[in-house]
Amino acid sequence: MTIRVGDELPPLSVRVTRGDLVRYAGASLDFNPIHFSDRVASEVGLPGVIAHGMLTMGIAGRVVTEWVGDAGRVLSYATRFTRPVVVPDDEDGALVECSGTVTAVEDDIATVSITAKFEGRPVLGKATATVRLT
Amino acid sequence: MGLDQSLIGRSYPPSEVYEVSRAKIAEFADAIGDTSSLSRDAEAARAAGYPDVIAPPTFLTIANLGAIDALVSDPELGLDYDRMVHGDQSFVHERPVHAGDRLEVTTHVDSIFARAGNDFLTLRAEIHTDGGELVCTGRAQLVVRGEQ
Repeated sequence: MTIRVGDELPPLSVRVTRGDLVRYAGASLDFNPIHFSDRVASEVGLPGVIAHGMLTMGIAGRVVTEWVGDAGRVLSYATRFTRPVVVPDDEDGALVECSGTVTAVEDDIATVSITAKFEGRPVLGKATATVRLT
Repeated sequence: MGLDQSLIGRSYPPSEVYEVSRAKIAEFADAIGDTSSLSRDAEAARAAGYPDVIAPPTFLTIANLGAIDALVSDPELGLDYDRMVHGDQSFVHERPVHAGDRLEVTTHVDSIFARAGNDFLTLRAEIHTDGGELVCTGRAQLVVRGEQ
């Protein structure tokens, strides 16, 4: 398969529930209560419990790892956290929609620009990964 | 408030060794919905050329939290954890993390500046094995929101 600038990676839509936040808190050891307590979230001025930015980054990274088929080929991955993903206390949770586009190919390394949206608006800024293609 | 800019360049010695387990890698992969066999099946990982199961690219957030803890527990820095948000994050991998890795984190304060009433601190986490091999460099911008 030849990879070219402009190629779109298969998109990914993921529902994030409160249960997912609890699971991620335990897995990542990030127990900041803004990710599980409505009381604490509102005390610090948030609209509600929000997803860990690193969870959104992890989910969005799957656009690249599932495309390349080997997480070990990801050389770098960077993002800004521009907007919170507010996760309601219900069964549906929050829908995060991720996609990626190849923006550069040099030798054996592709650069992918990743987007992640919640309620139609980007939640990651300048999310970029570089991956080894072989 | 305002963070003391004279602390730019400060570094914190390696944390205690964190030994990466197969179970933790699988647990982390589950938590982000990553179903790759390379993070669960040691035979599949070996067939792909790795010594053991490998971690997803953001797994080292665990080490990065250790770096943030090092900063938060420095009284001279005076970081207010409750007002802190994660502005950005990057990982530059020298190689994938695999089960059995024994990792240490050395934390550096790369920059501190104030803008629009908020403080911005960039930390660099050098994540290396206990044998000194650099595995990954993590960078995080922490934003400490000013009192409203």
